[in-house]
Amino acid sequence: MTEAARTPMDPADEVPLAPSGRDLFSKFVPLIAERQALLDTGVRDPFSLVMEKVHSPTRATINGKETILLGTYNYMGMTFDPDVVAAGKQALEDYGSGTTGSRVLNGTYQGHKECEEALKAYYGTRHAMVFSTGYQANLGLMSTIAGKEDYIILDADSHASIYDGCALGNAQIVRFRHNNVEDLEKRLRRLPTEGGRLVVLEGVYSMLGDIAPLKEMVAVAKRHRAMVAVDEAHGMGFFGTHGRGVFEEAGVEDDVDFVIGTFSKSVGTVGGFIVSNHPKFEVMRLVCRPYVFTASLPPSVVATAATSIRKLMHATEKRAHLWKNSKRLHDGLRQLGFDLATPEAQSAIIAILLPDQQITVTMWQALLEQGLYVNMARPPATPAGMYLLRCSLCADHSDEQVGQILGMFAAAGRATGVIS
Amino acid sequence: MTDREETFAKVAELIEPFNKKDIELAESTTFAGDLEWDSLTVMDFVAAIEDEFDILITMNMQAEIESVGQLVDAVEELRSEG
Repeated sequence: MTEAARTPMDPADEVPLAPSGRDLFSKFVPLIAERQALLDTGVRDPFSLVMEKVHSPTRATINGKETILLGTYNYMGMTFDPDVVAAGKQALEDYGSGTTGSRVLNGTYQGHKECEEALKAYYGTRHAMVFSTGYQANLGLMSTIAGKEDYIILDADSHASIYDGCALGNAQIVRFRHNNVEDLEKRLRRLPTEGGRLVVLEGVYSMLGDIAPLKEMVAVAKRHRAMVAVDEAHGMGFFGTHGRGVFEEAGVEDDVDFVIGTFSKSVGTVGGFIVSNHPKFEVMRLVCRPYVFTASLPPSVVATAATSIRKLMHATEKRAHLWKNSKRLHDGLRQLGFDLATPEAQSAIIAILLPDQQITVTMWQALLEQGLYVNMARPPATPAGMYLLRCSLCADHSDEQVGQILGMFAAAGRATGVIS
Repeated sequence: MTDREETFAKVAELIEPFNKKDIELAESTTFAGDLEWDSLTVMDFVAAIEDEFDILITMNMQAEIESVGQLVDAVEELRSEG
């Protein structure tokens, strides 16, 4: 169903490019006005911050000030790992700065194959396919495998890349209420018997940091003869015995047909992937447009990814420390009186709920001025029109840093009146 | 009441909790223009309609439905299929 523009547009704001033409940017006038009104109150723009220097996975210089990073998705702190950096430097020397080509033409180097081998070893799957971003991996899977007669059943709070993959393809799209097993089952039951079915889930939902009840959901999907894809972008590295993700911890590995992931979070670089045991999976390399019609990742990137993935297999201590940090931050913020999105730390994302945009930006700025960077999130990225400050922890945050972080939240929360 | 009138009445009843501006409902009332619904409201309302009539309204179909009358027609058609 079509939805409303946020505010009616003033035709006087239109800037015609040609005598009779309509300025195509006039549809953004309400957003431009809203942003300007916010900036006019004297706050900094949370969406145009520059990291002047980055010292480690947890420290950067922003606006000339040394700042603790608490909103980077750099969960396992691999970005400055000496082995990872060395592998990247060596690949840059040996293979040059870029491939200048598609994976299916001149863009598959030894490093891309080694990266896929590392993923197969990490996930214990027969197939692994590396994409240029996680976004493209989702675009590729949704748009390629489900055709016009098929159904994709997805969680209403799915990531933009899942929705965009659906929009790129021709499948029939059905939504169910977020994390609601009964709602999923009702919709599966109503599907016509003809047509294929793909249920798309995420291990961790990144806005609120809540996890999906995958054990129940995957069981329902399988009972209704659906294939299952799970996006583990925010779960890879620290859920499950091997760090594969929430689906591993839920014990549903045998029933998940596709796992989608990214290198831009726990792995610490950029890129995306799909792993699968489907016997025909390799045909994707020929038919998946977001894989074929773009250049492959630079050699240095796949070298850092492969090295990082192999190290993550044995990162037991880091995993334990990350969980300790997440639980401590959640407990500490709750005790300070902040309203948190989940009753306990379910992942390495801790989201603080705030009443409106103004107070959210004010609080965000107060934290930054003290030397703490967190993410601000607002509709439409957030569910149910929420305004959030989102913290993502890193295995490299020291106990001392977590203490400092809590101190800064206490001060900023009191200064802005968010807590008493 | 005919079946269609009954469906219209039921749809109108389900619109009410989301009809914040108390817009009078007619066949031609539009969800975006008249009711000024955002995407979150649309999502909640569609789920309510689906559950009431035990049907599925895919996002592909939703994109084509602009008015209350069009929704009633779609519900009628989907019910006859099921």
